[in-house]
Amino acid sequence: MSISRRKFLGWIGAAGMSATLAKPARAAGAKHFEGYPDTDGVLFDAVKCIGCRRCEAGCNKVNDLPEPEQPFDDLTVLEKTRRTHADTYTVVNKYEVARQKSPLYRKIQCNHCLEPACASACFVRAFTKTETGAVVYDASVCVGCRYCMIACPFEIPTYEYDKALTPRIMKCTMCYPRIKEGLLPGCVEACPTEALTFGKRKDLIKIARERIYRHPDRYEDHIYGEHEMGGTNWLYLSPVPFSRLGMREDLGTTSAPELTAGALGAVPMVVGLWPVLLTGIYAMNKRKEKIARQEQEAAVSSAVSETEARARDNLDKAMEKARADKEKSVETAVKKALEEAAREAETKDSEEES
Amino acid sequence: MESDFYTLHDFMVYTKGVVYYLIIAILIGFLGFWSFLTARDDD
Amino acid sequence: MSHDAAHSKPVMSPMTVIAGIILIVGLFVTVRRFTGGLAATTNLSDYTPWGLWIGFDLLVGVALAAGGFVTSAAVYIFGMKKFHSAVRPAILTGFLGYALVVFALHYDVGRPWRLPYPFLVQSGTTSILFEVGACVALYLTVLLIEFTPAPLEWLGFKKARNIVVKLTLALTILGVILSTLHQSSLGALFLIAPSKLHPLWYSGYIPIYFFVSAIIAGLSMVIFEGSLTHKHFADKMDEAHLKEKEDVVLGFGKAASFVLAGYFVIKIIGLAVDNEWRYLATGYGAWYLVELLGFIALPCFLYAVGVREKNLNLIQWTSGLAVLGIVVNRLNISLIAFNYHLPADERYFPHWMEFAISIFIVTLGVLVFRFVVTRMPVLYEHPDYEAH
Ligand code: SF4
Ligand code: SF4
Repeated sequence: MSISRRKFLGWIGAAGMSATLAKPARAAGAKHFEGYPDTDGVLFDAVKCIGCRRCEAGCNKVNDLPEPEQPFDDLTVLEKTRRTHADTYTVVNKYEVARQKSPLYRKIQCNHCLEPACASACFVRAFTKTETGAVVYDASVCVGCRYCMIACPFEIPTYEYDKALTPRIMKCTMCYPRIKEGLLPGCVEACPTEALTFGKRKDLIKIARERIYRHPDRYEDHIYGEHEMGGTNWLYLSPVPFSRLGMREDLGTTSAPELTAGALGAVPMVVGLWPVLLTGIYAMNKRKEKIARQEQEAAVSSAVSETEARARDNLDKAMEKARADKEKSVETAVKKALEEAAREAETKDSEEES
Repeated sequence: MESDFYTLHDFMVYTKGVVYYLIIAILIGFLGFWSFLTARDDD
Repeated sequence: MSHDAAHSKPVMSPMTVIAGIILIVGLFVTVRRFTGGLAATTNLSDYTPWGLWIGFDLLVGVALAAGGFVTSAAVYIFGMKKFHSAVRPAILTGFLGYALVVFALHYDVGRPWRLPYPFLVQSGTTSILFEVGACVALYLTVLLIEFTPAPLEWLGFKKARNIVVKLTLALTILGVILSTLHQSSLGALFLIAPSKLHPLWYSGYIPIYFFVSAIIAGLSMVIFEGSLTHKHFADKMDEAHLKEKEDVVLGFGKAASFVLAGYFVIKIIGLAVDNEWRYLATGYGAWYLVELLGFIALPCFLYAVGVREKNLNLIQWTSGLAVLGIVVNRLNISLIAFNYHLPADERYFPHWMEFAISIFIVTLGVLVFRFVVTRMPVLYEHPDYEAH
């Protein structure tokens, strides 16, 4: 296991420390995690998005992704619903929605979940939820099992299927290196309208509520990403139910680690109790066998001793009789032998003569 | 350090890590304890 | 194959030719995979990252290799000595099964040489896959040790053989623990994706379903395989093996029938707990009912009839049906009912090369099995050693 010895000892120390220093609230049974304080996020407002694809271009540039086949100002691309790919971290799709004067647009990219499913699923911890809120990926440990892609409820991570030996998972990083430097994410910087707003997540929620409150006629009363799958650092506003913009509204609010916590929790119970149970069954069977064997042996030996006693009796009698018989038989045998010898001698003589 | 973990995920990485070490210890421990328990059995 | 065929007939038998073709195609696709990547050999996409190589080679492979732990537990823990002759072949198939699963994974993952990374470099302890990986790796080792008496007897290393035999009980218990964990965890892998797996198949009980159905798979595989080996390797079997065979078929058939009954019941409970009855009236519901009635209830009943009437033939045919049922279930969960929400043109169907590799790997398994049972004391007791 990778966790180095020192780290493990550190943990032990930490566990001891927290046992003595822990605040009562933290020590309480019901664990509750608020996430890193003051994380960044982006608010996408579908009312303000004009589908210009500049965010796509900005993303492509700052992340040094390959040039697309069709240039970013070619809006015919929007006729087809697209998704993220190994060479596109973000795409904008067009949706014709009934009773809306103009089509609506929605941008897709990693939502930077508060409790990322990808991170929970990865067996080498290639994903990290950073203190900025960005979920970043480390290709240097990735095995390429693609379980993160199975796990992500928003179908975001993509894979370099055409690479034979060095495929990576590709996904939006919320421009982690840029926000560390105090710059805006590439897409937000490129957006010509206010469709994308970068800020602290908790402020963004206030802004979003404010917009809904001021224009109840323009917005659905729902901030997508506030609670979906435990909440995300990207948030969305829309004039229509989000399902019309191809977003799933049936994801629920349970976060990914909670979904697997039960199954993982059963593991040590199996390890702790199976040996007891199985050894117990084994011991019981062995005991049953032993008793059966003893009973059998006892039965056999009592039978044997009985027969033995009888046999001894018989033997004695038989011996006596045998002795008597023997004497008699010896006598007769000797007699017989003598007679025979005599007869043989006679015949031999006659044979020699002839 | 006092606020331990910010996310459930980090908490689980830590606790499950400890549990996996415990599991190894448990398995070895059972083996030892069973032989201690039965060492003086007649058969 | 060619080896034995060559002895009996001067020309190659059709089976040899087929096996040869499969191996050649397999090698060709192997080269493609490691030069052109998954894009050149599979129909996987960003929507469907797991295809046939996970759904069949991993999920089905591991389930069908459960015979090893089921049989050794029955004999060494539950004390059913009369099944003793079934242990070695079951452990051999178990070991081969797991070895091939691990081999197949090298095709699927991006950087196979990093497969030990979770244990050596950085551990994602929150991942169910971490647990699966750890258990499969350990269990493969356990099976290898459990099987070593056969080659050791073959090679005549008595001392080493006797040491391993002493460890039997500890290894068996460890094997059962590891199997419980990873068989169920293969199902638990899907717990994290409630939005992608159809509600009829998604359930909080999915780890338990996987574990219970693995027991069914294990029992059925022992019967199924037994009938095949009996047909093809009868000359390799000893008295005990032939005599106990009937006991094994009846005993395992009875067990499988009852476990199937339990499995059926908990499946129904799952529907009730999540209130998913209404889906039964949909297209997926019909398919679900096919699985539930045709591949769980039916084999359960047929096994029962076979056991009551001591009809070995029926039990053996039923084992085939039950095994097929497990295959259907695993493919349903990983491929057919997975991504049920996607439009038809985004859905996945395996590339022919994916089939080629899966068939290639099964063929390899059969060839190695054949190699081993024609040489080592698997289907018979070695004359120098008595039963352990
Ligand atoms: S949206 Fe998907 S890829 Fe992004 S953090 Fe969440 S789970 Fe991970
Ligand atoms: S593909 Fe890489 S990043 Fe994704 S879960 Fe597997 S090892 Fe982790």
